[in-house]
Amino acid sequence: MMHGTLPHRAKELNEARSLLPAAFHRSPSKRLRNGAIGAALIAPLVYGAVVFGVTPARLVEGLSRLGGILSFMFPPHVWTTWQEWSEVLAGLGETVVMAFLGTLLGAVASLPLAFLGAKNIMPLSWLRLLSRRGFDALRAVEQIILALIFIRAFGLGPLAGILAIAVSEIGTFAKLFAEAIENTSRRPVDGVKASGGSQFQAIRYGILPQSLPVILSIILYNFESNARSGTILGIVGAGGIGFLLADRMHAFRWPEAWSIIFLIIATVYIIDAVSNTLRHRLI
Amino acid sequence: MNSTFPAIRAFEADYARARSRARRVQTFYSVIFAAAVLYSAYLGGFFGFTDVTLASGERVSMLKLWAGLPRLGEYLEKTIPTLRLETLGADLAEWFWRWRTWLQLLGETILIAYGATVLGVTGGFLLSFFAARNLSPGKILCQITRRYLEIIRTVPELVWALIFVFCFGVGPLAGVLAIGLHATGSLGKLYSEANENIDMRPLEGIKASGGNWLQQMRYGAVPQVIPNVISYTLLRFEINVRSSSIIGYVGAGGLGQEIRTTVSLQEYPDLSALFVIIFVTVMIIDFASEKLRHKIIGIAESWT
Repeated sequence: MMHGTLPHRAKELNEARSLLPAAFHRSPSKRLRNGAIGAALIAPLVYGAVVFGVTPARLVEGLSRLGGILSFMFPPHVWTTWQEWSEVLAGLGETVVMAFLGTLLGAVASLPLAFLGAKNIMPLSWLRLLSRRGFDALRAVEQIILALIFIRAFGLGPLAGILAIAVSEIGTFAKLFAEAIENTSRRPVDGVKASGGSQFQAIRYGILPQSLPVILSIILYNFESNARSGTILGIVGAGGIGFLLADRMHAFRWPEAWSIIFLIIATVYIIDAVSNTLRHRLI
Repeated sequence: MNSTFPAIRAFEADYARARSRARRVQTFYSVIFAAAVLYSAYLGGFFGFTDVTLASGERVSMLKLWAGLPRLGEYLEKTIPTLRLETLGADLAEWFWRWRTWLQLLGETILIAYGATVLGVTGGFLLSFFAARNLSPGKILCQITRRYLEIIRTVPELVWALIFVFCFGVGPLAGVLAIGLHATGSLGKLYSEANENIDMRPLEGIKASGGNWLQQMRYGAVPQVIPNVISYTLLRFEINVRSSSIIGYVGAGGLGQEIRTTVSLQEYPDLSALFVIIFVTVMIIDFASEKLRHKIIGIAESWT
């Protein structure tokens, strides 16, 4: 392109090329290496396409079906009776309630646990590492698997969902809270201790005021993310809007399904906005 | 003593007033918060009752929460496999009795995650230049891209999977597309934030020497964001492995379908075996990607 627009520069370019060959050519070994990396990255895709039976015909058929159900998106379906509306709104409310209580319970349970995992509070390294690994193990279990287990114990409904969110949040919260506690300054603690405070008072007046804003902001962030992820718990029967959504999809009532998805997105937006304002006011 | 200094007296009165006002506001919000907690606990079924048959055969009404706890303990106890030291080999073989199928499904799960990561990286990377405020060729285009990314990451993977299972049939293809679409949204956001933090001077240099928008992105922006992009990509791969292990629950391939059968057929020890498999896999990927990330970031930094 440059040659075309600037023909009088061709001579200079040739000169530069002979002076600095490395800037214009890649060495064969480098080219070979890049090619090998590229092939290694593409090979699993090709293998996957073969194993998963991905054929152009199947893709075209699927995309045309997708186009078909996407066409139900606009104009969105509007329910006409209050009964239908109240069902959907109750589902949405249940999802928000589940996210709210699950996050709250998780936070309350993990605050004391976090001190067990914080380096500057817990001097016993074996206990600290043990609690840290415990948090990791809790985080490793998917929320939806927890929900399946809790449904067996507590029956279908939001209670199972709330407890699933709470338990999986303990793993996340305890880790993040412990890090927030570790990031505090030692000096207020020394001050409290120097004026005769106990270990408990040192934590209450020296560490908590420093870490509380961070902890509150973590809680609000996770509330948002639980409101998003909580929508799927209903698909397995653990309460909330997900149940209605899955129900509409299984019945191929796509216009209604899209409307529910739109309402979920709107709810998440509102929660985002509210928690943003709260975060700015609290911190 | 204060009475001799009217200024101090006035200050103390002011302070007391401010304190009591702050306390009133605090009480007000605490009451509202407590009411919200109680009402949501009511909606969430915390105060619901259920009928329980006691050991003596008597049926009583019990708080759902209270009645469920022992059942939860029982459930978890049943998932623990019987492992005796003297017959450890045979016990392990019994615990992982379907290991051939599981290993094959694990391979499928990782392949789904890989395909989805490639889709997410491609889509997210291309869109991130339109979604970055400082790079986007147009303000309206920027807003549209941002809203699109936001919507596709707000809808959970499992919902996309339900939609794609309908379109592309039951199988891993639906899973790849579902996780890939969700990953596009998340990665697009992270990449565009990385794009917004770059130094604009190289781009101006390319513009000044006659480069068009595409060339500005390719030679000005991309080299600056590559280390960040790789780092986010590897983190996302790990998240995608977790997602793809569960996505089979709605028929989109991978280990999730096995989890579903296990739960519905009440094969308790199988559930813990599957959990061990997923846990170990995620741990290995986590470890490997951290090593790789450090290495690649090291190489990328040595270029600059």
